[in-house]
Amino acid sequence: MVEDEGFQRYVAHFILWVGIAIVAFPVYIAIVASTQDNALIANGQMSLLPGGHFFEVYYQTIFVGTSGSTREPVYNMMLNSLVMALLIAVGKIAISIISAYGIVYFRFPFRMPIFWIIFITLMLPVEVRIYPTYKIVADLHMLDSYAGLSLPLIASATATLLFRQFFMTVPDELLEASRIDGAGPLRFFWDTLLPLSRTNMAALFVILFILGWNQYLWPLLITTRDDMQTIQVGIRKMITTTDALTEWPVVMATAVLAMLPPVFVVVAMQKLFVRGLVETEK
Amino acid sequence: MANVTLRNVRKTYTGGFEAIKGVNVDVGDGQFCVLVGPSGCGKSTLLRMVAGLETVTGGEIDIGGRVVNQVEPADRDIAMVFQNYALYPHMSVFNNMAYGLRNRGMKEAEVKTRVEEAARVLELAPMLERKPRQLSGGQRQRVAMGRAIVRQPKVFLFDEPLSNLDAKLRIAMRVEIRKLQRRLNTTSIYVTHDQLEAMTLADILVVMNGGQVEQIGNPLAIYEKPATTFVASFIGAPPMNLMSTRTEEIKSQLGGSAGDAGILGIRPEDFVITDQTPAGGVALPLTVEAIERVGAETFIYGSRAQDEQRVAATPGELPPGEVIVRIPGTEAPAIGQKIRVGAIRSKLHLFSGDGRSRIEA
Ligand SMILES: Nc1ncnc2c1ncn2[C@@H]1O[C@H](COP(=O)(O)OP(=O)(O)O)[C@@H](O)[C@H]1O
Ligand SMILES: [Mg+2]
Repeated sequence: MVEDEGFQRYVAHFILWVGIAIVAFPVYIAIVASTQDNALIANGQMSLLPGGHFFEVYYQTIFVGTSGSTREPVYNMMLNSLVMALLIAVGKIAISIISAYGIVYFRFPFRMPIFWIIFITLMLPVEVRIYPTYKIVADLHMLDSYAGLSLPLIASATATLLFRQFFMTVPDELLEASRIDGAGPLRFFWDTLLPLSRTNMAALFVILFILGWNQYLWPLLITTRDDMQTIQVGIRKMITTTDALTEWPVVMATAVLAMLPPVFVVVAMQKLFVRGLVETEK
Repeated sequence: MANVTLRNVRKTYTGGFEAIKGVNVDVGDGQFCVLVGPSGCGKSTLLRMVAGLETVTGGEIDIGGRVVNQVEPADRDIAMVFQNYALYPHMSVFNNMAYGLRNRGMKEAEVKTRVEEAARVLELAPMLERKPRQLSGGQRQRVAMGRAIVRQPKVFLFDEPLSNLDAKLRIAMRVEIRKLQRRLNTTSIYVTHDQLEAMTLADILVVMNGGQVEQIGNPLAIYEKPATTFVASFIGAPPMNLMSTRTEEIKSQLGGSAGDAGILGIRPEDFVITDQTPAGGVALPLTVEAIERVGAETFIYGSRAQDEQRVAATPGELPPGEVIVRIPGTEAPAIGQKIRVGAIRSKLHLFSGDGRSRIEA
């Protein structure tokens, strides 16, 4: 890399700042809009500087909700989203690490066919199998429940493959040393494999949490009660109002609130992440 | 306290590859047995069968009077040191050593005593709380040793435990291992491809080749009377010079004593530079091709006048017609000079034409 040529460095920095501006501007607008008076926005007179309604708008958003269409406080939507995202992330990790363990470390009949069946489900995301999945969830009376929100999204080929790949890099001698040390399959899994997978699990957790948090289509389909609504669905419902003005400050405040948990998860997990990358334990 | 007996042990891997073709070995109580052979000859396979990490497809493995073919590794009362140490990366040194004891339900106080005693012996006491990645190669090796000795098993198994260390440390650890084994007096089986390690460590040396045992015995006895040309050239460095007895030059010198031998072997250290032909021995005219001085001794690489027939394929085989001579000190003939080297009768090794059997004249 050429480091010390001043001009090039300015160009590089300029490009980076432009990139940041492009990404950050909509976020800035959302934050600004969430602090202004709705009438101003509706008139097209929105200022590009923060307005003075911050506390009042956020209080209303979190604890009351819009005054029109869906009168659902956003804290409840966030709670629903949070439960769903956590169930999906934790559930996927738990299921896939166990199935990867089975596939890598055990010899059982039809091991490879089973592996390929799991692999093929990569081609069948929820959107593709949405009708049968809906039917099953409905038949099991899981509409409008956390189980219905998360279970169909938990089975995951990607995470299974990822753990399989990781397990295959763990030296066989560790398993053999464990066997000689008197550890059975469960102990080996619990005492050795899980601790070694810690950083992989952290990385997956970040990705899967955000994936779960951002689910839209599935929650939209299977929740009908307002109090089971997730935040992504909620935002959408707030915007479409038939008989009144869209309450833009509340919508924007909701959008800002919807961004916070993913940001928090990324920031909180980043350390574990980076540490995992730096110190390779194996 | 146990002896280990292998009776006609065989191993065929799934896929049909026969890695071990009937091995019989008897390791007495407290003895140090070394399995040596070139890479791929089945040493690790055999050791892992003793450990219980590979199934036995034929014969019997007997540890301390009990046939253990069907016994789980944990219940065989063995401990193993792996080539890459296989320490648990996420556990402290203490926990690495304690793991096997705790899994057996040992009281924590006893675990602590045993681990601390092992740490004292292996000079690991200051680093008990460290993780393996914070240790040097030699220290990791000692932790692996520690994990084996805290268990106080009947048998130690080592699979090339020193091959990841640098040369100096390897020699130091070799001596350590031997001292430790003598003190604990635990039956041990040790795998290596390094003949020097094998010679210095072994009470009983097992030379393996292609899944079979070539020769078993005391290391010096094997050195002095190798049973096959394979053993002759594998044990000893530089390797024994092997030449056909069919050429006129050698045939005439050996006379009738050659019998039906087809291959003559002479170790580099058994040659002397001389103008005479030792009585009943062999003398060879050589042209000096290269000289290696290593201080205490010097190796002369010479070529024989007439072209030589190749002898049976052996490890470390020299090009036909090349002879290595070892002489003490640093004084050596110049390159290109013509010399005569000779070996006395008692230093000659005779083998059948295929190299598979030794002939005592
Ligand atoms: N799991 C296995 N399946 C098939 N062949 C194997 C397996 N492990 C080892 N082998 C073969 O068995 C032979 C002996 O291997 P090994 O015991 O590791 O040799 P060494 O330790 O003497 O170098 C080699 O030819 C190797 O390719
Ligand atoms: Mg090996």
